[in-house]
Amino acid sequence: MMSKANIIVIDYGAGNLRSVEKALKYIDASFKISSNPSEVLSADSIILPGVGAFPEAMKKLEETGLADALKKHVSVNKKSLMGICLGMQMLFEKSFEFKETEGLGFLSGQVEKMQFDGLKIPHMGWNSLTFTKESPFERDITKKPFCYFVHSYKANTSDENIIAYTEYGSKVPALVGNGIVFGAQYHPEKSGDTGLKMLSNFYDWINNEL
Amino acid sequence: MLSKRIIPCLDVDNGRVVKGVNFLNLRDVGDPVEIAKEYNRQGADEIVFLDITATSDNRSTMFDIIERTANEVFIPVTVGGGIRTVDDFKNILRCGADKVSVNSAAIKDKTLISRAADLFGSQCVVVAIDVKRVPSKAEYNGIFKPDFGTNPDDFHVVMHGGRIDTGINAIEWAKEAEALGAGEILLTSMDTDGVKKGFDLEITNIISKNLNIPVIASGGCGCLEDFKNVFVETEASAALAASLFHYGELTVQGVKDYLKENGICVRN
Repeated sequence: MMSKANIIVIDYGAGNLRSVEKALKYIDASFKISSNPSEVLSADSIILPGVGAFPEAMKKLEETGLADALKKHVSVNKKSLMGICLGMQMLFEKSFEFKETEGLGFLSGQVEKMQFDGLKIPHMGWNSLTFTKESPFERDITKKPFCYFVHSYKANTSDENIIAYTEYGSKVPALVGNGIVFGAQYHPEKSGDTGLKMLSNFYDWINNEL
Repeated sequence: MLSKRIIPCLDVDNGRVVKGVNFLNLRDVGDPVEIAKEYNRQGADEIVFLDITATSDNRSTMFDIIERTANEVFIPVTVGGGIRTVDDFKNILRCGADKVSVNSAAIKDKTLISRAADLFGSQCVVVAIDVKRVPSKAEYNGIFKPDFGTNPDDFHVVMHGGRIDTGINAIEWAKEAEALGAGEILLTSMDTDGVKKGFDLEITNIISKNLNIPVIASGGCGCLEDFKNVFVETEASAALAASLFHYGELTVQGVKDYLKENGICVRN
Protein backbone atom coordinates (compact mmCIF):
# COMPACT_ATOMS: atom_id res chain seq x y z
CA MET A 1 0.00 0.00 0.00
CA MET A 2 1.09 3.50 -0.80
CA SER A 3 2.25 5.38 2.27
CA LYS A 4 -0.18 8.06 3.29
CA ALA A 5 0.67 11.74 3.36
CA ASN A 6 1.09 13.11 6.84
CA ILE A 7 -0.79 16.25 7.76
CA ILE A 8 0.18 18.32 10.76
CA VAL A 9 -2.56 20.35 12.40
CA ILE A 10 -1.08 23.39 14.10
CA ASP A 11 -1.93 23.62 17.79
CA TYR A 12 -1.71 27.17 19.05
CA GLY A 13 -4.83 27.08 21.21
CA ALA A 14 -7.44 27.57 18.48
CA GLY A 15 -11.00 26.73 19.44
CA ASN A 16 -11.81 24.48 16.51
CA LEU A 17 -8.74 22.26 16.80
CA ARG A 18 -10.77 19.35 18.19
CA SER A 19 -13.40 19.56 15.46
CA VAL A 20 -10.72 19.55 12.76
CA GLU A 21 -9.09 16.58 14.48
CA LYS A 22 -12.37 14.64 14.56
CA ALA A 23 -13.09 15.39 10.90
CA LEU A 24 -9.62 14.22 9.80
CA LYS A 25 -10.05 11.08 11.86
CA TYR A 26 -13.41 10.48 10.20
CA ILE A 27 -11.97 10.74 6.65
CA ASP A 28 -9.17 8.40 7.72
CA ALA A 29 -6.35 10.84 7.07
CA SER A 30 -2.94 10.33 8.61
CA PHE A 31 -2.31 13.36 10.80
CA LYS A 32 -0.67 14.68 13.91
CA ILE A 33 -1.35 17.66 16.11
CA SER A 34 1.70 19.68 16.96
CA SER A 35 2.86 22.97 18.42
CA ASN A 36 6.53 22.18 17.87
CA PRO A 37 8.08 24.27 15.03
CA SER A 38 10.76 21.72 14.11
CA GLU A 39 8.26 18.86 14.04
CA VAL A 40 5.94 20.95 11.90
CA LEU A 41 8.65 21.10 9.23
CA SER A 42 8.36 17.34 8.68
CA ALA A 43 4.76 17.64 7.44
CA ASP A 44 3.62 16.76 3.92
CA SER A 45 0.91 19.34 4.40
CA ILE A 46 -0.27 21.63 7.17
CA ILE A 47 -3.71 22.64 8.37
CA LEU A 48 -3.94 25.89 10.30
CA PRO A 49 -7.23 26.02 12.22
CA GLY A 50 -8.54 29.12 13.91
CA VAL A 51 -11.38 30.70 15.82
CA GLY A 52 -10.92 33.96 17.68
CA ALA A 53 -9.16 37.26 17.20
CA PHE A 54 -6.46 37.93 14.58
CA PRO A 55 -3.88 39.91 16.63
CA GLU A 56 -3.88 37.38 19.49
CA ALA A 57 -3.54 34.40 17.13
CA MET A 58 -0.70 35.98 15.11
CA LYS A 59 1.11 36.88 18.31
CA LYS A 60 0.95 33.25 19.44
CA LEU A 61 2.23 31.97 16.08
CA GLU A 62 5.13 34.41 16.18
CA GLU A 63 6.09 33.89 19.83
CA THR A 64 6.17 30.12 19.45
CA GLY A 65 8.23 30.18 16.25
CA LEU A 66 5.35 28.56 14.39
CA ALA A 67 4.98 31.52 12.03
CA ASP A 68 8.57 31.05 10.82
CA ALA A 69 8.06 27.30 10.53
CA LEU A 70 4.96 27.86 8.38
CA LYS A 71 6.89 30.22 6.08
CA LYS A 72 9.71 27.71 5.75
CA HIS A 73 7.24 24.89 5.09
CA VAL A 74 5.79 26.80 2.14
CA SER A 75 8.74 28.69 0.67
CA VAL A 76 11.63 26.28 1.33
CA ASN A 77 9.97 22.86 1.59
CA LYS A 78 7.39 23.83 -1.08
CA LYS A 79 4.67 21.96 0.78
CA SER A 80 0.98 22.80 0.88
CA LEU A 81 -0.91 24.63 3.60
CA MET A 82 -4.60 25.07 4.29
CA GLY A 83 -6.01 27.64 6.68
CA ILE A 84 -9.51 27.42 8.12
CA CYS A 85 -11.59 30.45 9.17
CA LEU A 86 -9.19 32.67 11.17
CA GLY A 87 -6.42 30.35 9.89
CA MET A 88 -7.46 31.38 6.37
CA GLN A 89 -7.47 35.07 7.25
CA MET A 90 -3.94 34.81 8.65
CA LEU A 91 -2.67 33.71 5.20
CA PHE A 92 -3.11 37.30 3.99
CA GLU A 93 -0.78 40.28 4.34
CA LYS A 94 -2.62 42.08 7.12
CA SER A 95 -5.83 42.44 9.08
CA PHE A 96 -7.73 45.34 10.57
CA GLU A 97 -9.43 43.35 13.32
CA PHE A 98 -9.11 45.61 16.41
CA LYS A 99 -5.84 47.05 15.08
CA GLU A 100 -3.68 46.75 12.00
CA THR A 101 -1.73 43.50 12.34
CA GLU A 102 0.62 41.82 9.93
CA GLY A 103 -0.39 38.35 8.75
CA LEU A 104 1.65 35.49 7.27
CA GLY A 105 1.59 37.13 3.84
CA PHE A 106 1.21 34.02 1.65
CA LEU A 107 -1.67 35.59 -0.25
CA SER A 108 -2.00 39.22 -1.35
CA GLY A 109 -4.84 41.12 0.27
CA GLN A 110 -6.10 42.23 3.64
CA VAL A 111 -8.79 41.29 6.15
CA GLU A 112 -11.52 43.86 6.84
CA LYS A 113 -14.67 44.20 8.90
CA MET A 114 -17.87 43.18 7.13
CA GLN A 115 -20.34 46.05 7.23
CA PHE A 116 -23.63 46.07 5.42
CA ASP A 117 -26.82 47.84 6.34
CA GLY A 118 -29.51 45.50 7.52
CA LEU A 119 -27.37 42.37 7.56
CA LYS A 120 -26.65 40.57 10.78
CA ILE A 121 -23.03 40.25 11.88
CA PRO A 122 -21.53 37.72 12.48
CA HIS A 123 -22.31 36.13 9.15
CA MET A 124 -23.47 32.93 10.83
CA GLY A 125 -25.02 29.88 9.22
CA TRP A 126 -25.07 27.92 5.97
CA ASN A 127 -24.36 29.85 2.81
CA SER A 128 -23.79 28.62 -0.75
CA LEU A 129 -20.50 28.66 -2.64
CA THR A 130 -19.99 29.66 -6.27
CA PHE A 131 -16.79 28.22 -7.73
CA THR A 132 -14.81 30.45 -10.07
CA LYS A 133 -11.67 28.41 -10.62
CA GLU A 134 -10.43 24.86 -10.36
CA SER A 135 -8.99 23.59 -7.10
CA PRO A 136 -8.31 20.34 -5.23
CA PHE A 137 -11.62 20.72 -3.36
CA GLU A 138 -14.67 20.59 -5.63
CA ARG A 139 -14.52 17.07 -7.11
CA ASP A 140 -17.91 15.30 -6.72
CA ILE A 141 -19.33 18.27 -4.83
CA THR A 142 -22.81 19.47 -5.80
CA LYS A 143 -23.10 22.75 -7.63
CA LYS A 144 -23.43 25.68 -5.24
CA PRO A 145 -22.86 23.61 -2.07
CA PHE A 146 -23.90 25.02 1.30
CA CYS A 147 -21.14 25.41 3.89
CA TYR A 148 -21.16 26.64 7.49
CA PHE A 149 -19.79 30.13 8.12
CA VAL A 150 -19.18 32.08 11.33
CA HIS A 151 -17.19 35.29 10.90
CA SER A 152 -17.33 39.06 11.17
CA TYR A 153 -14.30 39.89 9.01
CA LYS A 154 -13.61 39.02 5.39
CA ALA A 155 -10.68 38.92 3.03
CA ASN A 156 -10.31 41.67 0.46
CA THR A 157 -8.22 40.08 -2.27
CA SER A 158 -7.87 39.93 -6.04
CA ASP A 159 -10.01 37.56 -8.13
CA GLU A 160 -7.01 35.41 -8.99
CA ASN A 161 -6.84 34.27 -5.36
CA ILE A 162 -10.53 33.36 -5.16
CA ILE A 163 -11.55 29.75 -5.80
CA ALA A 164 -15.13 30.18 -4.60
CA TYR A 165 -17.12 33.02 -3.15
CA THR A 166 -20.34 33.31 -1.20
CA GLU A 167 -22.76 36.22 -1.12
CA TYR A 168 -23.55 38.18 1.99
CA GLY A 169 -24.20 41.81 1.20
CA SER A 170 -21.50 41.52 -1.44
CA LYS A 171 -19.17 38.83 -2.70
CA VAL A 172 -17.28 37.29 0.20
CA PRO A 173 -14.22 35.11 -0.54
CA ALA A 174 -15.14 31.64 0.75
CA LEU A 175 -12.36 29.45 -0.60
CA VAL A 176 -9.07 31.06 -1.59
CA GLY A 177 -5.79 29.75 -2.90
CA ASN A 178 -2.81 30.30 -5.04
CA GLY A 179 -0.43 27.49 -5.90
CA ILE A 180 0.04 25.43 -2.76
CA VAL A 181 -1.55 27.73 -0.18
CA PHE A 182 -5.30 27.44 0.39
CA GLY A 183 -7.84 28.80 2.82
CA ALA A 184 -11.51 28.28 3.67
CA GLN A 185 -13.45 31.08 5.34
CA TYR A 186 -16.16 28.55 6.22
CA HIS A 187 -15.69 25.54 8.48
CA PRO A 188 -15.35 22.38 6.34
CA GLU A 189 -15.17 20.41 9.60
CA LYS A 190 -18.68 21.66 10.44
CA SER A 191 -20.19 21.61 6.96
CA GLY A 192 -21.62 18.10 7.07
CA ASP A 193 -20.94 15.63 4.26
CA THR A 194 -19.99 18.46 1.87
CA GLY A 195 -17.24 19.70 4.17
CA LEU A 196 -15.92 16.19 4.84
CA LYS A 197 -15.81 15.51 1.10
CA MET A 198 -13.85 18.72 0.51
CA LEU A 199 -11.34 17.72 3.18
CA SER A 200 -10.98 14.25 1.74
CA ASN A 201 -10.54 15.70 -1.78
CA PHE A 202 -7.78 17.90 -0.39
CA TYR A 203 -6.18 14.90 1.28
CA ASP A 204 -6.29 12.93 -1.98
CA TRP A 205 -4.65 15.85 -3.73
CA ILE A 206 -1.85 15.98 -1.12
CA ASN A 207 -1.25 12.26 -1.63
CA ASN A 208 -1.04 12.76 -5.38
CA GLU A 209 1.46 15.56 -4.91
CA LEU A 210 3.82 13.33 -2.89
CA MET B 1 -27.60 33.37 -0.07
CA LEU B 2 -27.55 32.72 3.67
CA SER B 3 -30.10 30.02 4.42
CA LYS B 4 -32.59 29.90 7.27
CA ARG B 5 -31.62 27.25 9.80
CA ILE B 6 -33.81 24.46 11.16
CA ILE B 7 -32.64 23.25 14.57
CA PRO B 8 -33.96 20.23 16.47
CA CYS B 9 -33.55 20.45 20.25
CA LEU B 10 -33.03 17.45 22.53
CA ASP B 11 -33.76 17.58 26.25
CA VAL B 12 -31.25 15.29 27.93
CA ASP B 13 -31.65 14.02 31.49
CA ASN B 14 -28.87 11.94 32.93
CA GLY B 15 -27.74 10.84 29.50
CA ARG B 16 -31.13 10.00 28.06
CA VAL B 17 -33.50 11.97 25.86
CA VAL B 18 -36.49 12.90 27.94
CA LYS B 19 -39.32 13.57 25.54
CA GLY B 20 -40.14 10.32 23.82
CA VAL B 21 -38.77 9.88 20.38
CA ASN B 22 -40.63 8.04 17.71
CA PHE B 23 -38.10 7.00 15.08
CA LEU B 24 -38.59 3.43 14.07
CA ASN B 25 -35.18 3.16 12.48
CA LEU B 26 -33.22 3.85 15.65
CA ARG B 27 -31.76 1.04 17.69
CA ASP B 28 -32.00 3.03 20.90
CA VAL B 29 -34.63 5.75 20.86
CA GLY B 30 -33.39 7.25 24.11
CA ASP B 31 -29.77 7.69 23.05
CA PRO B 32 -29.04 11.36 22.27
CA VAL B 33 -26.17 10.43 19.97
CA GLU B 34 -28.33 8.13 17.85
CA ILE B 35 -31.00 10.81 17.60
CA ALA B 36 -28.48 13.52 16.73
CA LYS B 37 -27.19 11.30 13.92
CA GLU B 38 -30.71 10.79 12.63
CA TYR B 39 -31.37 14.55 12.60
CA ASN B 40 -28.08 15.11 10.81
CA ARG B 41 -29.21 12.57 8.21
CA GLN B 42 -32.52 14.42 7.86
CA GLY B 43 -30.68 17.65 7.07
CA ALA B 44 -30.73 19.49 10.40
CA ASP B 45 -28.54 22.61 10.26
CA GLU B 46 -27.52 22.38 13.90
CA ILE B 47 -28.33 20.32 16.97
CA VAL B 48 -29.12 21.71 20.41
CA PHE B 49 -28.69 19.59 23.54
CA LEU B 50 -30.42 20.94 26.61
CA ASP B 51 -29.02 19.29 29.73
CA ILE B 52 -31.85 19.23 32.25
CA THR B 53 -29.97 17.01 34.69
CA ALA B 54 -30.61 18.29 38.19
CA THR B 55 -27.21 17.62 39.71
CA SER B 56 -23.80 18.63 38.50
CA ASP B 57 -22.51 15.15 39.42
CA ASN B 58 -24.11 13.89 36.27
CA ARG B 59 -22.42 16.48 34.11
CA SER B 60 -19.79 13.98 32.99
CA THR B 61 -22.52 11.96 31.29
CA MET B 62 -23.26 15.02 29.16
CA PHE B 63 -19.58 15.42 28.30
CA ASP B 64 -19.55 11.87 27.01
CA ILE B 65 -22.61 12.53 24.85
CA ILE B 66 -21.11 15.68 23.34
CA GLU B 67 -17.85 13.90 22.65
CA ARG B 68 -19.54 10.90 20.99
CA THR B 69 -21.80 13.19 18.93
CA ALA B 70 -18.89 15.30 17.73
CA ASN B 71 -17.08 12.14 16.59
CA GLU B 72 -19.81 11.38 14.11
CA VAL B 73 -21.91 14.47 13.45
CA PHE B 74 -20.17 17.25 11.55
CA ILE B 75 -22.61 20.11 11.96
CA PRO B 76 -22.62 22.72 14.74
CA VAL B 77 -23.69 21.49 18.17
CA THR B 78 -24.95 23.81 20.91
CA VAL B 79 -25.17 22.73 24.55
CA GLY B 80 -27.19 24.50 27.22
CA GLY B 81 -28.67 23.86 30.64
CA GLY B 82 -27.13 24.69 34.01
CA ILE B 83 -24.20 26.66 32.61
CA ARG B 84 -22.87 28.85 35.43
CA THR B 85 -19.18 29.58 34.91
CA VAL B 86 -16.59 30.13 32.19
CA ASP B 87 -15.18 26.76 33.24
CA ASP B 88 -18.48 25.22 32.20
CA PHE B 89 -17.99 26.86 28.80
CA LYS B 90 -14.46 25.56 28.56
CA ASN B 91 -15.35 22.00 29.50
CA ILE B 92 -18.22 21.80 27.05
CA LEU B 93 -16.27 23.34 24.16
CA ARG B 94 -13.39 20.96 24.85
CA CYS B 95 -15.69 17.99 24.34
CA GLY B 96 -16.38 19.18 20.82
CA ALA B 97 -19.43 21.44 21.16
CA ASP B 98 -19.39 24.61 19.05
CA LYS B 99 -21.61 26.88 21.09
CA VAL B 100 -22.74 27.11 24.68
CA SER B 101 -26.10 28.50 25.65
CA VAL B 102 -26.48 30.36 28.92
CA ASN B 103 -29.73 31.49 30.50
CA SER B 104 -30.42 32.31 34.18
CA ALA B 105 -26.75 32.50 35.21
CA ALA B 106 -26.30 35.39 32.76
CA ILE B 107 -29.27 37.18 34.32
CA LYS B 108 -27.70 36.82 37.75
CA ASP B 109 -24.22 37.79 36.55
CA LYS B 110 -24.07 39.67 33.26
CA THR B 111 -20.29 39.53 33.13
CA LEU B 112 -20.52 35.81 32.39
CA ILE B 113 -21.44 36.80 28.81
CA SER B 114 -18.54 39.20 28.35
CA ARG B 115 -16.02 36.95 30.08
CA ALA B 116 -17.00 33.96 27.94
CA ALA B 117 -16.96 36.08 24.76
CA ASP B 118 -13.49 37.41 25.58
CA LEU B 119 -12.10 33.97 26.28
CA PHE B 120 -13.76 31.87 23.58
CA GLY B 121 -15.17 34.37 21.07
CA SER B 122 -18.69 35.69 20.62
CA GLN B 123 -19.45 33.01 18.02
CA CYS B 124 -19.83 30.38 20.75
CA VAL B 125 -21.86 32.42 23.23
CA VAL B 126 -25.59 31.90 22.85
CA VAL B 127 -27.81 33.78 25.30
CA ALA B 128 -31.12 31.97 25.84
CA ILE B 129 -33.95 34.30 26.81
CA ASP B 130 -37.31 33.00 28.01
CA VAL B 131 -40.03 35.61 27.67
CA LYS B 132 -43.58 35.93 28.87
CA ARG B 133 -46.28 38.54 28.50
CA VAL B 134 -46.87 40.14 31.88
CA PRO B 135 -50.23 39.16 33.42
CA SER B 136 -51.80 42.61 33.33
CA LYS B 137 -51.60 42.81 29.57
CA ALA B 138 -51.77 39.14 28.70
CA GLU B 139 -54.71 38.25 26.56
CA TYR B 140 -53.50 34.85 25.67
CA ASN B 141 -56.36 32.38 25.45
CA GLY B 142 -54.93 29.59 23.42
CA ILE B 143 -55.19 31.38 20.11
CA PHE B 144 -52.29 33.67 19.55
CA LYS B 145 -53.00 36.83 17.63
CA PRO B 146 -49.92 38.89 16.91
CA ASP B 147 -50.59 42.55 17.42
CA PHE B 148 -47.60 44.54 16.36
CA GLY B 149 -48.87 47.65 18.10
CA THR B 150 -48.47 46.18 21.58
CA ASN B 151 -46.34 48.09 24.04
CA PRO B 152 -42.95 46.34 24.14
CA ASP B 153 -42.89 46.65 27.92
CA ASP B 154 -45.36 43.78 27.97
CA PHE B 155 -42.61 41.19 27.59
CA HIS B 156 -40.64 40.16 30.63
CA VAL B 157 -37.69 37.83 31.03
CA VAL B 158 -38.70 34.79 33.05
CA MET B 159 -36.73 31.98 34.67
CA HIS B 160 -37.30 28.38 35.74
CA GLY B 161 -39.74 27.48 33.02
CA GLY B 162 -41.69 30.70 33.42
CA ARG B 163 -42.31 30.36 37.14
CA ILE B 164 -40.20 33.35 38.10
CA ASP B 165 -40.83 36.75 36.54
CA THR B 166 -37.59 38.72 36.79
CA GLY B 167 -39.39 41.96 35.90
CA ILE B 168 -36.68 42.62 33.30
CA ASN B 169 -37.80 44.03 29.96
CA ALA B 170 -37.02 41.29 27.41
CA ILE B 171 -36.10 43.65 24.59
CA GLU B 172 -33.70 45.64 26.76
CA TRP B 173 -32.10 42.42 28.02
CA ALA B 174 -31.61 41.11 24.48
CA LYS B 175 -29.92 44.37 23.45
CA GLU B 176 -27.72 44.28 26.53
CA ALA B 177 -26.74 40.66 25.84
CA GLU B 178 -25.65 41.69 22.35
CA ALA B 179 -23.63 44.60 23.72
CA LEU B 180 -21.96 42.28 26.27
CA GLY B 181 -20.74 40.01 23.46
CA ALA B 182 -23.42 37.41 22.79
CA GLY B 183 -23.11 35.93 19.31
CA GLU B 184 -26.68 34.74 19.07
CA ILE B 185 -30.00 34.88 20.95
CA LEU B 186 -32.18 31.82 21.53
CA LEU B 187 -35.60 33.33 22.14
CA THR B 188 -38.32 31.17 23.67
CA SER B 189 -41.81 32.43 24.34
CA MET B 190 -43.25 30.71 27.41
CA ASP B 191 -46.72 31.72 26.24
CA THR B 192 -46.55 29.76 23.02
CA ASP B 193 -44.14 26.99 24.11
CA GLY B 194 -45.80 23.59 24.01
CA VAL B 195 -49.10 24.98 22.64
CA LYS B 196 -48.30 24.17 19.01
CA LYS B 197 -50.16 27.12 17.57
CA GLY B 198 -47.16 28.91 16.16
CA PHE B 199 -44.15 30.90 17.29
CA ASP B 200 -44.72 34.17 19.09
CA LEU B 201 -44.29 36.33 16.02
CA GLU B 202 -44.61 39.59 17.85
CA ILE B 203 -41.73 39.29 20.30
CA THR B 204 -39.61 37.41 17.73
CA ASN B 205 -40.18 40.26 15.30
CA ILE B 206 -39.34 43.01 17.78
CA ILE B 207 -36.18 41.36 19.06
CA SER B 208 -34.87 40.18 15.69
CA LYS B 209 -35.39 43.66 14.20
CA ASN B 210 -33.73 45.41 17.12
CA LEU B 211 -30.62 43.26 17.20
CA ASN B 212 -27.74 42.90 14.81
CA ILE B 213 -26.91 39.32 15.86
CA PRO B 214 -28.90 36.25 14.74
CA VAL B 215 -32.04 35.28 16.65
CA ILE B 216 -33.31 31.70 16.92
CA ALA B 217 -37.09 31.52 17.34
CA SER B 218 -38.31 28.85 19.72
CA GLY B 219 -41.54 27.69 21.30
CA GLY B 220 -44.86 26.87 19.75
CA CYS B 221 -44.47 25.59 16.23
CA GLY B 222 -47.10 22.98 15.42
CA CYS B 223 -47.20 22.74 11.65
CA LEU B 224 -45.30 23.53 8.46
CA GLU B 225 -46.93 26.92 8.08
CA ASP B 226 -45.60 28.06 11.45
CA PHE B 227 -42.05 27.72 10.12
CA LYS B 228 -42.92 29.78 7.06
CA ASN B 229 -44.63 32.48 9.12
CA VAL B 230 -41.69 32.99 11.45
CA PHE B 231 -39.33 33.48 8.50
CA VAL B 232 -41.68 35.66 6.46
CA GLU B 233 -42.96 37.86 9.27
CA THR B 234 -39.84 38.23 11.42
CA GLU B 235 -36.10 38.49 10.88
CA ALA B 236 -35.37 35.27 12.76
CA SER B 237 -32.32 33.48 11.36
CA ALA B 238 -33.32 30.05 12.61
CA ALA B 239 -36.24 28.12 14.05
CA LEU B 240 -35.96 25.54 16.81
CA ALA B 241 -38.36 22.71 17.54
CA ALA B 242 -38.37 19.63 19.75
CA SER B 243 -41.37 17.34 20.10
CA LEU B 244 -42.64 18.03 16.61
CA PHE B 245 -39.57 16.33 15.22
CA HIS B 246 -39.18 13.78 18.00
CA TYR B 247 -42.64 12.34 17.51
CA GLY B 248 -42.07 12.19 13.78
CA GLU B 249 -44.99 14.53 13.04
CA LEU B 250 -42.64 16.42 10.76
CA THR B 251 -39.18 15.65 9.51
CA VAL B 252 -36.48 18.27 9.14
CA GLN B 253 -36.30 17.45 5.45
CA GLY B 254 -40.09 17.82 5.13
CA VAL B 255 -39.94 21.28 6.70
CA LYS B 256 -37.11 22.30 4.40
CA ASP B 257 -38.87 21.04 1.27
CA TYR B 258 -41.94 23.04 2.26
CA LEU B 259 -39.95 26.20 2.97
CA LYS B 260 -38.14 25.87 -0.34
CA GLU B 261 -41.45 25.55 -2.21
CA ASN B 262 -42.48 28.75 -0.49
CA GLY B 263 -39.44 30.67 -1.64
CA ILE B 264 -37.46 30.57 1.59
CA CYS B 265 -33.75 29.79 1.25
CA VAL B 266 -32.79 26.61 3.08
CA ARG B 267 -29.82 24.29 2.80
CA ASN B 268 -30.85 21.24 0.82
